[in-house]
Amino acid sequence: MKFSENWLRSFVNPPLDSAGLNHLLTMAGLEVEAQTAVAPAFSGVVVAEILSAEKHPDADRLQVLKVDVGQTEPLQIVCGGANARAGLKSACALVGAKLPGFDIRQAKVRGVESFGMMCSEKELGLATDSAGIIELPADASLGQDIRAYFDLDDQVFELKLTPNRSDCLSVAGVARDVSALTGAGLCLLGIPEAAATSQKGKAVYVEAATACPRYCGRVVNGVNANALTPGWMKRRLERSGLRSISALVDITNYVLLELGQPLHAFDLSKLTGDIVVRFARSGEKIALLNEQLSELQTDMLVIADDSGPVALAGIMGGSVTAVSDTTTDVFLESAFFAPAAIAGKARRLGLSTDSSFRFERGVDFAGTRQCLERATQLVLEICGGYAGEIIEQVAKFPERAPVRLRVQRAAAVLGIALTEEKVAGLLNRLQFNFSVNGGVFEVTPPSYRFDIAIEEDLIEEVVRLHGYEHLPALPPMSDGLAMLPSPEERLSLDSLRQTLAAADYFETINYSFIDAAWERGLMGNADAISLRNPIASNMSVMRSGLWGGLLESLQYNLNRKQERVRLFEVGACFARREQGYVETTRIAGLCYGDALPEQWGEAAREVDFYDVKADVEMLTRGRTRFEAAQHQALHPGQSARVILDGQAIGWLGGLHPQWQQYYGLPRGAVVFELDAVPLLVRKLPAYTEVAKFPLVRRDIALVVDETVSVQALLDVMLEARAEVVDTISLFDQYRGKGVGDGKKSLAFLVVMQDTQRTLTDEEVDAAMARLVAAATKKYGAVLRS
Amino acid sequence: MQNLEEILKNAQGEFDACATLVDLEQAKARFLGKSGALTELLKGLGKLSVEERPAAGAAINVVKQGVEQALQGRRNAILATEQAHKLGSETLDVTLPGRGRGRGRLHPVTLTLQRIEELFRSIGFEVAEGPEIETDFYNFTALNIPEDHPARAMHDTFYVDEQHVLRTHTSPVQVHFMQDRQPPLRIIAPGRVYRVDSDATHSPMFHQVEGLWVDEQVSFANLKGVVQDFLQRFFERDDLQVRFRPSFFPFTEPSAEMDMSWNGGWLEIGGCGMVHPNVFGHVGIDAEKYRGFAFGLGVERLAMLRYGVNDLRLFFESDLRFLKQFV
Repeated sequence: MKFSENWLRSFVNPPLDSAGLNHLLTMAGLEVEAQTAVAPAFSGVVVAEILSAEKHPDADRLQVLKVDVGQTEPLQIVCGGANARAGLKSACALVGAKLPGFDIRQAKVRGVESFGMMCSEKELGLATDSAGIIELPADASLGQDIRAYFDLDDQVFELKLTPNRSDCLSVAGVARDVSALTGAGLCLLGIPEAAATSQKGKAVYVEAATACPRYCGRVVNGVNANALTPGWMKRRLERSGLRSISALVDITNYVLLELGQPLHAFDLSKLTGDIVVRFARSGEKIALLNEQLSELQTDMLVIADDSGPVALAGIMGGSVTAVSDTTTDVFLESAFFAPAAIAGKARRLGLSTDSSFRFERGVDFAGTRQCLERATQLVLEICGGYAGEIIEQVAKFPERAPVRLRVQRAAAVLGIALTEEKVAGLLNRLQFNFSVNGGVFEVTPPSYRFDIAIEEDLIEEVVRLHGYEHLPALPPMSDGLAMLPSPEERLSLDSLRQTLAAADYFETINYSFIDAAWERGLMGNADAISLRNPIASNMSVMRSGLWGGLLESLQYNLNRKQERVRLFEVGACFARREQGYVETTRIAGLCYGDALPEQWGEAAREVDFYDVKADVEMLTRGRTRFEAAQHQALHPGQSARVILDGQAIGWLGGLHPQWQQYYGLPRGAVVFELDAVPLLVRKLPAYTEVAKFPLVRRDIALVVDETVSVQALLDVMLEARAEVVDTISLFDQYRGKGVGDGKKSLAFLVVMQDTQRTLTDEEVDAAMARLVAAATKKYGAVLRS
Repeated sequence: MQNLEEILKNAQGEFDACATLVDLEQAKARFLGKSGALTELLKGLGKLSVEERPAAGAAINVVKQGVEQALQGRRNAILATEQAHKLGSETLDVTLPGRGRGRGRLHPVTLTLQRIEELFRSIGFEVAEGPEIETDFYNFTALNIPEDHPARAMHDTFYVDEQHVLRTHTSPVQVHFMQDRQPPLRIIAPGRVYRVDSDATHSPMFHQVEGLWVDEQVSFANLKGVVQDFLQRFFERDDLQVRFRPSFFPFTEPSAEMDMSWNGGWLEIGGCGMVHPNVFGHVGIDAEKYRGFAFGLGVERLAMLRYGVNDLRLFFESDLRFLKQFV
């Protein structure tokens, strides 16, 4: 909602300057989004008439003018405006005038004295460009200050209104609120009822009475459709952001801005038969004013005549019956359409109009007829013609059931002291009708308020008038000092983040919607969840994994000359399920470049699978197993499924060379991704007795086939181990001389311990032999001598 | 006995001339060894008479102790010198950098969320979470935003299908939570939210924290108190003020826009209000008995103000030069 401050002040003029008014509106919930002066500061410019224009003796493009500025003697002024001509009324800056950026002094222009300057709109800061000097109509009064003539000492206020305040979608509506807030008097328009001077009429039938509880129409015949819109009206429209189109259209727009009532003017000659307000029939179409041809749905309300729909009720008129410069008879419509009947329909047709915007939110149904009278008054004044009788159809208005307001409840909700007198005073200022009995008000909301249905709505009005600024900030009261539960067997996601940050990973946050190609390629997901209205094609599907975002972030950093990149992200990943969707929180990391930062004490080495595996093991606190498995995003020989408590929870591996090439990465990357939730569970630590007897360490080296994995060998030994064997861990791997082709030697450290006594050599040897025997039996392992 | 004093003197002199422990051992042998000077003297005691022997023996022992003392003194001195020399040769340049493992960082949005959660936890708020793909019911209907309500247009919603949207706020979490739990309730709901909006000051994805307090005696003034307390602690500025302006959210009534004082002016920081009775109705909480307040804060906004970040887009670009700054 955009309007001229002076227009508002014609209705209500509180003793506040522009800044004060701005603050008042903002603090009352009518937020002023922008306040701009309609013209920059300047002075000394008046309406003038060019009496004569002679060519400058020494310059082709200049003229020497004699100009009447309403003083006794005309002034001689040198002017470069090509449109300067005798008889033209224009704007003249007198000597001493201060214009935006420069002052006017008496000067010689190419040898000729000049006592002022004829002005273009650009020179006055009224336009960014102009072709010549300002041209004013012949009736402009000589010598009048141009600021007064154009009403330039004005500000444009732009309000960001919330959807509940439809009552302020007009200048008169804002004025009503300002009056309530300040107590300043409201100057209402005196709108006369036009006497019927024409017999012409139109039959109106309202079939959809719930959707259109009130319909007023009137014929005005013999109008001059080519009449000029008066300057004051044009200016007010322009300051509200509307272009002047034609007098008839301008008048309907003007009344909409002034009183908030959308109106429509039909060309009477284009209407055939009676007017019917009804819902559209299946398959009906209408060509709209904006040249859009729309197919209508049966829940859309239309104004129809014998030929079919002629207007989309409350949204936009049809092009066929629109007024034009050949129109002589108009049918003016002023109606109340119920918000529920209009809401959503415009959006469905890809439209948003000033009219639909207001009807969706609620238009004052008590003003329907009066607004028609106001439009009639302006039409008769500006376009002439003869008004017919008002045709009115009224059904049931929206209910304005009394709303209860308990003073005590209001005080408790707001946390301030309130009395019955105070509340009554505030409601009076709002001009709400009410009765009161023992601290309980019964308030009947006015016809222009669509946002007052329950007690809380009235409480908001009370505090709005009281002033949100005057609310105290009170410390909260507690219901007791109960501590929050703190489950020790649950870790937080933050602890995972901390772990990775400590392991040299940088946290990133990437968009949850990604390129469909990544989903297909990286995640092998052909059934990605796509958005109906994505913001861009590369942000069109919901991610089922985090690698896409990490790889894009990697690329971004490589393009900025980073050579070592280690990133992680924690976030939701999305998948389709029979009943809707499922989200899992996942944690993923990516390493690229050297294993360690460049430094003096360690040789540079590229990060590899086992570096990242260590990070994964740290993240999972060593509880995971890894098994070779294939993933379309990973190197076929360097990819592992990560398993926790028998459940596959994610992947670890080198990026597939094909994807490395796709992303143009000079070196390989190692990535992992895990379900975060299983990582957040831990067992409460439970102490077991520390053994008092010495432990025994033994090494064994076993030669096995290349194809036997360390994990497999460990598993068989762990299963076969004697009770005294505490841990078995790999400490070396060897291939080459003395081991044989296709073989490898794996060296394990075995730690043994008995909690009750010291182990004998025989017991130790037997335990070791058992391990070797198991490995030999299952995998043909040979003890390396 | 002249001889004895000479021996002691000589021993002292020879010991002092030794630079190494090996030399010292050799010198020791010359006095205390098998055929050392003192040993020879002791051997000679047998030739003396029984009367002379004790006195002579005692005299030799005194000297022997003196020699041993001199020996030990010299040994300690040599050891000390050698130790000093060894330590000197082991000197490091302590200013060489430590063997670097590198250290990552948490994202500034995470740091901000941690801070928010910690502050609210300190007054008994629990952290609640909910899905990011929400049903129309939870994102809108249960929050008193019916179909075709103009407020829906304010939300610039991403649609997944007829029934599902990307949540436009974290407010649906309060609905889930109130369905599951009875008052009194105190929660904050942090998380990602989505709006169809992308320019220098809008991101199609950002983070919000929704707060909710439901109890029998909470008021609008308490809401202001909690928000003000939070902002003062968050920014560590006791003089920070909060201003409420009337606003409209379908799920609160009365509703307010929250401004905070900042650099001499007011800055919009979020929306809030008293929980609308219709919302309580959807989750079966008695709106006569209980009251509640809710507020929503933009996390990136808080992070930008706190850390002086001037461009929202930086949060989602993953630029290491940016991320490295949040130590």
